[in-house]
Amino acid sequence: MKKFCSILLALALVLSLAACGGNNGGSGDTGSGSSTSGDSGSGDSGSGSGSTGGFKIGGTGPLTGDASIYGIAVRNGAQIAVDEINAQGGIQFDLKYEDDAHDAEKAVNAYNALKSWGMQISMSSVTSTPAEATSTMNFEDRIFGLTPSASSVATTQGKDNVFQMCFIDPAQGTMAAHSIADNNLGSKIAVIWKNDDVYSVGIYETFMEEAAKVGLEVVSDTNFNNATSTDFSVQIADAQKNGADLVFLPMYYQPASQILAQAVSAGFTPKWFGVDGMDGILTMEGFDTAMAEGIMLQTPFNASSDDPATKAFVEEYQSRFGEVPNQFAANAYDCVYAYKQALENAGATPDMTAEELCGLMIEQFTTMTFDGITGTGATWSAEGAVSKQPTVVVIQDGAYVGLN
Amino acid sequence: MNMKKSFKNMRKSTRRSFITYGFVIIAFIILQIMNGMGMLSFSLQGMLVPICAYVVMAVSLNLTVGILGELSLGHAGFMSVGAFTGVTAAMALQTAIPFAPLRLAVGMAVGAVFAAVVGFLIGIPVLRLKGDYLAIVTLAFGEIIKTIFTNLYVGVDQNGLHIRLLKNLSDLAEDGTMIVRGPMGMGGVAKISTFTAGFVLVMISLVVVFNLVNSRAGRAIMSIRDNRIAAESIGLHVTKYKMMAFVVSASLAGAAGALFAMNYSTIVASKFDFNTSILVLVFVVLGGLGNMLGSIIAAALLTILPEALRSFADYRMLVYAIVLILVMLATNNPTLRAWIDQLQKAVTGKRKKEAA
Amino acid sequence: MSFLNFLISGISLGSIYAIIALGYTMVYGIAKMLNFAHGDVIMVGAYICFFAVSSYGLPPVVGVVAAMAVCTVLGIVVERLAYKPLRQAPSLAVLITAIGVSYFLQNGAQLLWTSSPKVFPNIFAQKGADGAMKSSFTLFDGQLNISYVAVVAIIACVVIMAGLTLFTGYTKMGKAMRACSEDKGAAQLMGINVDGTISLTFAIGSGLAAVAGVLLCAAYPNLVPTTGSMPGIKAFTAAVFGGIGSIPGALLGGLLLGVIQIFTQAYISMELADAVVFGVLIVVLLVRPAGLLGKQIREKV
Repeated sequence: MKKFCSILLALALVLSLAACGGNNGGSGDTGSGSSTSGDSGSGDSGSGSGSTGGFKIGGTGPLTGDASIYGIAVRNGAQIAVDEINAQGGIQFDLKYEDDAHDAEKAVNAYNALKSWGMQISMSSVTSTPAEATSTMNFEDRIFGLTPSASSVATTQGKDNVFQMCFIDPAQGTMAAHSIADNNLGSKIAVIWKNDDVYSVGIYETFMEEAAKVGLEVVSDTNFNNATSTDFSVQIADAQKNGADLVFLPMYYQPASQILAQAVSAGFTPKWFGVDGMDGILTMEGFDTAMAEGIMLQTPFNASSDDPATKAFVEEYQSRFGEVPNQFAANAYDCVYAYKQALENAGATPDMTAEELCGLMIEQFTTMTFDGITGTGATWSAEGAVSKQPTVVVIQDGAYVGLN
Repeated sequence: MNMKKSFKNMRKSTRRSFITYGFVIIAFIILQIMNGMGMLSFSLQGMLVPICAYVVMAVSLNLTVGILGELSLGHAGFMSVGAFTGVTAAMALQTAIPFAPLRLAVGMAVGAVFAAVVGFLIGIPVLRLKGDYLAIVTLAFGEIIKTIFTNLYVGVDQNGLHIRLLKNLSDLAEDGTMIVRGPMGMGGVAKISTFTAGFVLVMISLVVVFNLVNSRAGRAIMSIRDNRIAAESIGLHVTKYKMMAFVVSASLAGAAGALFAMNYSTIVASKFDFNTSILVLVFVVLGGLGNMLGSIIAAALLTILPEALRSFADYRMLVYAIVLILVMLATNNPTLRAWIDQLQKAVTGKRKKEAA
Repeated sequence: MSFLNFLISGISLGSIYAIIALGYTMVYGIAKMLNFAHGDVIMVGAYICFFAVSSYGLPPVVGVVAAMAVCTVLGIVVERLAYKPLRQAPSLAVLITAIGVSYFLQNGAQLLWTSSPKVFPNIFAQKGADGAMKSSFTLFDGQLNISYVAVVAIIACVVIMAGLTLFTGYTKMGKAMRACSEDKGAAQLMGINVDGTISLTFAIGSGLAAVAGVLLCAAYPNLVPTTGSMPGIKAFTAAVFGGIGSIPGALLGGLLLGVIQIFTQAYISMELADAVVFGVLIVVLLVRPAGLLGKQIREKV
């Protein structure tokens, strides 16, 4: 019986190996560009665009699991940009997103699947830990990477061909400390951060350093992790007890909404200050926007802005996906347009290899200026960090309003 | 002919271990040739090392679950210990041992030793418990290990290693490097794991496990599994043998962890959580308790399966779940089992007739 | 006063763990299986209630009843399709199947309801003196703050516990359940419908999961497809803590777990809260190997 089972399993293994190998055999060579092999259209994760003979852009992100809101938002945002650009008839793109479930191992698998597909330029990964793993692969394979949202320093550190569309975490921490100090927003600061989240820890660490430099008094420093992210009574009580008048929340909007709700319940009403990950809180289904009244946050993207490009994007996103886009989607949208601009400037053609494109893109991204919906006049340093104007906004009557 | 005969006359257990060695060696050779000829997709190439790591995990867990008969839900914890200590050792020895394969071997050895020590310490309380209570305590230890590594900071400079819990290192010299960065895990890991190293580790773990199982100690361990009271009554030192299996299992998992970690440039403690332990347990149960070849194949198959399902796009993990449920239902279906048994009997019966 | 506040938070969190743990414990007691999909049934219940109340504007009571109905049916269907065929199979095979079901429910929920977080309405809020909806009330000049959800959770937990104790102790079906948990073969010989009893257990466990889901999300208003998994593991721990298979044990285990978690965060270490909770569990099991209120079965030689 055991033997038979083993044979059965072995057979299945051989078959799946064959299937795996056969699937990718056709387009095995990286950067062969021309997607004549029939399998490129099949199995693209809902991108809907078949083979257009354009530049193949690939990216990995969490499309399943805990962090899938971010991955799906990025994929949707990028898809809108690709469809718009393809409709214009100039440069053509082929977009493919693979699931990495917010895990470095699976991200590398996803990256390899994209490489087999013939990815020429990459959108790296959506979240920081997977991006750290895939950007190393980008560097080794000389495939250019531009991540919409992986904001840790390690994503770009030591890799000349990986760039970011979002602010790096330390920059966020520094900016937060300075805007609080410069605008005299609070005298006694409390910080609540997420202990097992790279994004949160990255911002928290620089914020604490910078806060000491600019003379902010941090009276309460508490944290939580994935396993304890339901009950925040201790953290809120600590901030309350120490008389904090401003609470800094370096985290994504999901736990932040929990903290806000529980603070209301505990009768604690300080000023709140958030980071770009907080964007999206207003559009959570069922969220009482009154709870977010007066929250200040830094965000590169404002979904309710009057800017025509932003308006068009938000409308398209809503009609297609039934939700208001967050900054992840917007950054991804900008990534594709930045690629369009860079490829046009460089006069690149889809038949170039990934390595050729990589050289051209490094040249372009270190010299060009890009105007997108997440900020105008964006430039990149040679290390890959973006520099664009963050706006500190305050939430009033359920909408963002510029602070100044 | 003579060889064939002696193979047939071998003890059943010995024969099975030789089949397993043969399978692994042949698989390795085929994959190496295919790789050399460029027949493997990038996905498969990238999965070779993790598959080896998972195979070792499955084999080692099978020792605990299949041979010793105790359910462990925290096996990823040992993998974590091996990964963190192994990478720390390899990174600290970066200049002392420039030869990467040797550094990898040292890293895996260090990982194995530390995991064995942790396994011993955990084994003292764990092995006093029984059944599901033992399982939940292994789960608890797995979570504790995860929490500790999430809050551990390790750096190296000319003064040696600096280790701190909860607080970031402040006394690290300017030219020192951070190895473990608390919640951010380990970054900038040199990717020195290779498929060959993975293959060697799989072979070593098979040799260790088979030699243990087919030894006097192994028979003692299995007798404890089958009837602890009877084993005790004939004077077997139950705790000693249980501990032996548990520690060996832990140390192999540690080596696998080191191999796994050095295949990626970054590794975080939360990777080795309850879900990873469960994943390895699925390999073991699917491959058959006590059946090492089954574990090897199941580990390889289930690591590839989610990748092979990528064409299902958004439905991928849903399909994976359905496949998992159906396989469990099918392999445990009485009618299907009876049918397979019959088929097997028919085949072997025919062969016997031919021989006659 | 902060001590009392933490104690109340802990008890409120603990009573939700306890209700989930009851589901684990009942199923374990009778089917002798660790139903790892239980946490995901909680999530389904919470989603049903969310859509009933937020999207269809139904009163919360109807939402809770709908959630219970859907989860009960879900529990029975899952039991019939996935677990019943494995009744004779080794317990590990059932465990893996349960994990498969858990993956299935999580990924199915993601496809059906997307992974965008939903904010659960505060269905237990009361009108305050000033006419505004209040989610909590204060005592002792505002020094003690108690949320209405906490009160409801604690009451629900006690009522459910008492109800189940009476049910298993004094009704025919309850007695059948106890008989099945002692010895299935003997129970069958006595004319008890074992399959029916197991289905009933799953139905009750899943119905309770719906209640737990609503309470969990009302107290901590964030709903995503993975909402149930962490509380599920915690509640499983709680069930073992109290002695798996024991109904009062689940209550005690849940409450202790909640209180220990909050107190550790408040007075020992936030980062290591989980390690401490699990450390206490290990110590308890070493002293009492079958949990606090579990039956210490003597081995027959």
